[in-house]
Amino acid sequence: MHELSVTQSVLDIALTHAERAGAKRVLAIDLVIGDLASILDDSVQFYWEMIAKGTPAEGATLRFTRLPLELRCTDCGRIFSPGADNFSCPACNSSRVRVNQGEELRVESIEVE
Amino acid sequence: MPARIQIVENILSANDELAARNRAAFDRAGVLALNLMASPGAGKTSLILRTLEALRGRVRLGVIEGDLASSIDTDRARAAGIPAFQINTGGQCHLDAVMVQAAMHELPLAQLDVVIIENVGNLVCPIEFRLGSHLSVLIASIPEGDDKPYKYPSAYRGVQALVVNKVDLLPYVPFRMDYFREGVEALNPGLVTFPLSCRTGEGLAAWADWLVARVTENRSPAAH
Repeated sequence: MHELSVTQSVLDIALTHAERAGAKRVLAIDLVIGDLASILDDSVQFYWEMIAKGTPAEGATLRFTRLPLELRCTDCGRIFSPGADNFSCPACNSSRVRVNQGEELRVESIEVE
Repeated sequence: MPARIQIVENILSANDELAARNRAAFDRAGVLALNLMASPGAGKTSLILRTLEALRGRVRLGVIEGDLASSIDTDRARAAGIPAFQINTGGQCHLDAVMVQAAMHELPLAQLDVVIIENVGNLVCPIEFRLGSHLSVLIASIPEGDDKPYKYPSAYRGVQALVVNKVDLLPYVPFRMDYFREGVEALNPGLVTFPLSCRTGEGLAAWADWLVARVTENRSPAAH
């Protein structure tokens, strides 16, 4: 349920930037969220409708771009999405891998009028 | 006319900024702050009490306890002679920088070397929220199983040490240490790891020595 805190932060960021731009309303918010961030879209959406009510962002559409966990093999360079219980490289079977993508948690842009 | 505004801002940047202020306040007091995370029952409070015993006379320890409700852990810490402050999160699943800011000033920071912040028992929610600690430490315990790095990968990222507690149960629980360590290594290469048992005391000395070394580093002028 840490999505409530996350959603509150999304609202704060959107309202701050909208006000700075002299906008009256926030129409949409683009979010980029990696799978390692453990955020449920539905949960954010649920809280959003509650907390955005009565603000200039009420009714704004949340657009989620999800980035899956990606690992990079340090031996052969292959970039891959790991299986559920195994991080080894599917090409060379090496276990020397590094996280390449999946920790993103950001507001990319907002649409205002 | 609708217009698009590029932002590209971390969603939790407000919390991050406050965490940086907490960190500065810990620095001014010369205190090393440690964010201790684990699932419920992994041994967070046991490790704190064991660490207190091991460090007595060497390092002055204080504790901030985060719990959904109750003050059981704080009572145990105070009974052991540690200055302790309880944060009841009222159901919130993680600590954040605001809660720590309020709590840290309830401790006699000037008389402490280390503050351990015991986070809410949870392997998901606390991970994203910086508190202003210098170090984050994760406890995994043997009965939780060897697949936890694969199931909760984010918990293993961004921590500076890993304690593997309850190693005295290894003879009784199927736990492939190699498989476990492979997952950890992928997520956090070279992570310093302390296999230990808070029950038997095995392995605790290495953990305590490591912590003392971090305190010494923190005290030296080069650290700031």
